[in-house]
Amino acid sequence: MSPLLASVGAETETAFTMPSINYYAIAPILILFGAAVVSVLVEAFVPQRGRRPVQLVIVVGSIVAALAVTIDLRGTRLVTGEGAIAVDGPTLLMWGALLVIGLLGALLMAERSIDPLGDAFAPRASALPGSEDEQEFTRRGFLQTEVWPFLLFALTGMLVFVASNDLLVMFVALEVMSLPLYLLAGMARRRRLLSQEAALKYFLLGAFSSAFFLYGAAMLYGFSGSVSLVAISDTLSAKTGEGSLVAIGIALLMVGLLFKVAAVPFHQWTPDVYQGAPTPVTGFMAATVKIAAFGALLRVLYVSLGGLRWDWEPMLWIIAALTMLVGSVVAITQTDIKRMLAYSSIAQAGFILVGVVAASPQGLASALFYLVAYAFTTIGTFAVITMVRDASGEATHLSKWAGLGKKSPVVAAVFSLFMLSLAGIPLTSGFVGKFGVFAAAIDSGNTWLVIVGVVASVIAAFFYVRVIVLMYFSDPTPDTASVVIPSAFTTIALTASAVMTIALGVFPQWLLDIITQAGVFIR
Amino acid sequence: MNFPWLTTLMVVPLVGSIVVALLPKGRDLLAKQVALVVSLATLVITVLMATQFQGDSAEPFQFVESHPWIPAFGISYSVGVDGIALVLVALAATLVPVVVLAGWHDVDESSRGSVKGYFALILVLETLMIGVFSALDVFLFYVFFEVMLIPVYFMIGRFGGIQRSYAAVKFLLYSLVGGLFMLASLIGLYVVSAQMTGTGTFDFVSLAGLDIDPDVQKLLFLGFFFAFAVKAPLWPFHTWLPDAAAESKPGTSVLLIGVLDKVGTFGMIRYCLPIFPAASDFYAPVVIGMALVGIFYGAFVALSQNDMKRLFAYSSMSHFGFITLGIFVFTSQGQTGSVVYMVAHGLSTAALFLTAGFLMDRYRGSSLISDYEGVNKAAPVLAGFFLVAALSSLALPGLVSFVGEFLVLLGSFERYVWVGALATVGIVITAAYVLRLYQRSMTGPLKPELEGMGDLRGREVTALVPIALLTIVLGVFPAPLLNVINPAVDRVMTSVGATDPAPTVQSAGLSTEGADQ
Repeated sequence: MSPLLASVGAETETAFTMPSINYYAIAPILILFGAAVVSVLVEAFVPQRGRRPVQLVIVVGSIVAALAVTIDLRGTRLVTGEGAIAVDGPTLLMWGALLVIGLLGALLMAERSIDPLGDAFAPRASALPGSEDEQEFTRRGFLQTEVWPFLLFALTGMLVFVASNDLLVMFVALEVMSLPLYLLAGMARRRRLLSQEAALKYFLLGAFSSAFFLYGAAMLYGFSGSVSLVAISDTLSAKTGEGSLVAIGIALLMVGLLFKVAAVPFHQWTPDVYQGAPTPVTGFMAATVKIAAFGALLRVLYVSLGGLRWDWEPMLWIIAALTMLVGSVVAITQTDIKRMLAYSSIAQAGFILVGVVAASPQGLASALFYLVAYAFTTIGTFAVITMVRDASGEATHLSKWAGLGKKSPVVAAVFSLFMLSLAGIPLTSGFVGKFGVFAAAIDSGNTWLVIVGVVASVIAAFFYVRVIVLMYFSDPTPDTASVVIPSAFTTIALTASAVMTIALGVFPQWLLDIITQAGVFIR
Repeated sequence: MNFPWLTTLMVVPLVGSIVVALLPKGRDLLAKQVALVVSLATLVITVLMATQFQGDSAEPFQFVESHPWIPAFGISYSVGVDGIALVLVALAATLVPVVVLAGWHDVDESSRGSVKGYFALILVLETLMIGVFSALDVFLFYVFFEVMLIPVYFMIGRFGGIQRSYAAVKFLLYSLVGGLFMLASLIGLYVVSAQMTGTGTFDFVSLAGLDIDPDVQKLLFLGFFFAFAVKAPLWPFHTWLPDAAAESKPGTSVLLIGVLDKVGTFGMIRYCLPIFPAASDFYAPVVIGMALVGIFYGAFVALSQNDMKRLFAYSSMSHFGFITLGIFVFTSQGQTGSVVYMVAHGLSTAALFLTAGFLMDRYRGSSLISDYEGVNKAAPVLAGFFLVAALSSLALPGLVSFVGEFLVLLGSFERYVWVGALATVGIVITAAYVLRLYQRSMTGPLKPELEGMGDLRGREVTALVPIALLTIVLGVFPAPLLNVINPAVDRVMTSVGATDPAPTVQSAGLSTEGADQ
């Protein structure tokens, strides 16, 4: 990591000097990165049978350690790595959220008592789907353990992504976080072709959007002579009137970032990937990528492009409105619950964008709260989906959820809680989140955007409620799926997300306090 | 005064509902008994609290409790009641035990949902109803307003008739749409308060004290009013009500129409008028127009109904027109009348739905008027209660609904003679459909299929007697009700800046008849 950071800092120097790095401030990144490397070595050296327990210890241990350091770092506000990494309040907050959600995601991935064949992943991702090899691997009970280094690398990338204070580091972090996710998306044990298709789509479109990001960064470098966010901001205020290069640069950069948050019109990958990816991965990815991508987007907009807000705000107004409406409307027509939740996540991205375009400290705070609330609810939602199954695996078709409330009242009640939270019903975390972003938007004069948001909420409420209707008011059919009792892994993840959904809805003040103390991005 | 009356009132049914929900399967009788005891205990506490209420107090709100909840958004848990809220809380606390008792056999093993589930939902709803009337923080009000939908949704959707699912979803979506527009206005109000005072607040008293720019008021008013108009419901936002009423158990309908819908009209008089006085004045002609259309539309459609529950729903819609009219004519008689009418309508709706429910229990659950004839031969007591309920619905003098309706009309005449005159015509149609209902179903020769139909039993009579008594007692002697309501209405009038028109030659004769000014 350090040579890379050094190259940026040293570009203007003639003689090489060691960059000054505050190693403790970036310790969470280093811990995860180190653990990821060790995890790769475990794949190479530890015998097949012992890998799973060892990997689990490494993953859980490193995430907990990183979380402990993050908590200890609270109040830190500095820029290190010669200006490449900013460790400030929002960074630490997002680190904390990413690590906790990452841990819950890891627990979901570790589950192996739900599917009689093993865990959620193909025993050997390299084996052809349906081939004799694959059947042999399944029969011998092989478990895929390469998912663990992927998980750690992805998390490392996300931590760097939200902390990166220059565009080049941000790009590298984008790739470090994305590549493992592309692979994880293609590793489902069941419906492997769908999964592989999802992975390929995600990879191609993701690579495309990364290229856009890089082009944008290059344009901005061409304009300002630097990739540092602060330097770009300074140049923008010094050199006014050279608009076109900047405008193109910003637009391209935004394409890359908006792709990751799944904003319309860059959302087309979302339903396929959410549906095809193994459900624990979908849950992990839906929750964490949203945090990471919005974190980076917020930092770029607030730190670097704050002076140009009159240029990018109208663009984001339109994108936010479109994202809310398209996501909500299309979700109504879905019959597969994972696809429905994919469109729901698009709509939710639109609501968060409403907070982002407020371009004020309240806007930042409300978006951060929304992200945390959304992440917990989302991972819980997908945890439930892993448990609702029939003979062919997960029962994702909505018709199979009919009457689930009769068969498994507790699970149906928890899922209803998540649906109500996503719909933004009071006393759930989703409501407080929506309240925050709408209040920030009205405060900054975007009343019409709030009205669009309210209309979109009404549309969205329809399909969230429809699932509840289906579970409670329909009679179970022979096709109705059953709920498999999971092991402690999923139970812990599910309980934690349900508790947080209620806690942030009824007593949100503590998190609001933390966010207030986190303050704004360092410049 | 330091005893947390209102919190206690909310906690008791909530705890009761948890206890009921946690009872083991198969202990249905115990669940019902617990629900009845808890709801009676709540009623006793309400009565005790009401005796502590000082009608002539200088404080606008009594039994006030206030604790910070989400300070970051200026939200607090603050509750308290004025006279208007007090009578509505009392209405809710009275109707819940009645509904529990009347609905003793509404849900049994054969129905879709569990018995204890139904009674647990009723008790949760009681908590929320008391909360929504006593909230003094607009945000808290909104939370109760929205969360209330969930138990009702399940009560309709799980325990209703054949079309229950459709009715439940329609109810929920209408209410959610209304609620979300209110949310937009609520946030707007918060931001306005933050811009005017430096710190945003949801405290009702502070918000009512703000002098918001009239143009902003007009926008914010719309969001609140829309939610309340859907809730009440006013024409043209009423279409969810007949479906919900027709598909619900009688007990659910009583709570839904008798109490919950009052949240809409309560919201208008509590929130729309004091917080947005200029806008209320601006929109008053439109609202009065909607109210008048509602009075006639509801009455005419009721006239053509062959389904009792739908008839009651449309008749309620017509009555909500009267209530809204009384609020928006800005006279103290009109508003006092509206509040009395809310209580009266709650009682008469309860009587109508419950007697109709008892009647339906006796003949295959049919709610068609044409299925019944000559019931008073076979079940005279039932027919007697039905008559009292019907007369209460058409506001026979001597019954409490007359007091309300008369005051509303008086207030309307004082302000706009022609509005009062038009509304009076509505009463005639009400008399027509109510009497026709009674005539068709209760009088005449007994239908052969109804031979051997039993009369009301002890439990059913016990449920109906308190309502009938209250209807008559408060109709003959409304002073306790009026003494509590009047000061609160005066405060609303002051906050709107409205004064009663000076008596003129035309209305002088009328206003001297209004004994309680």
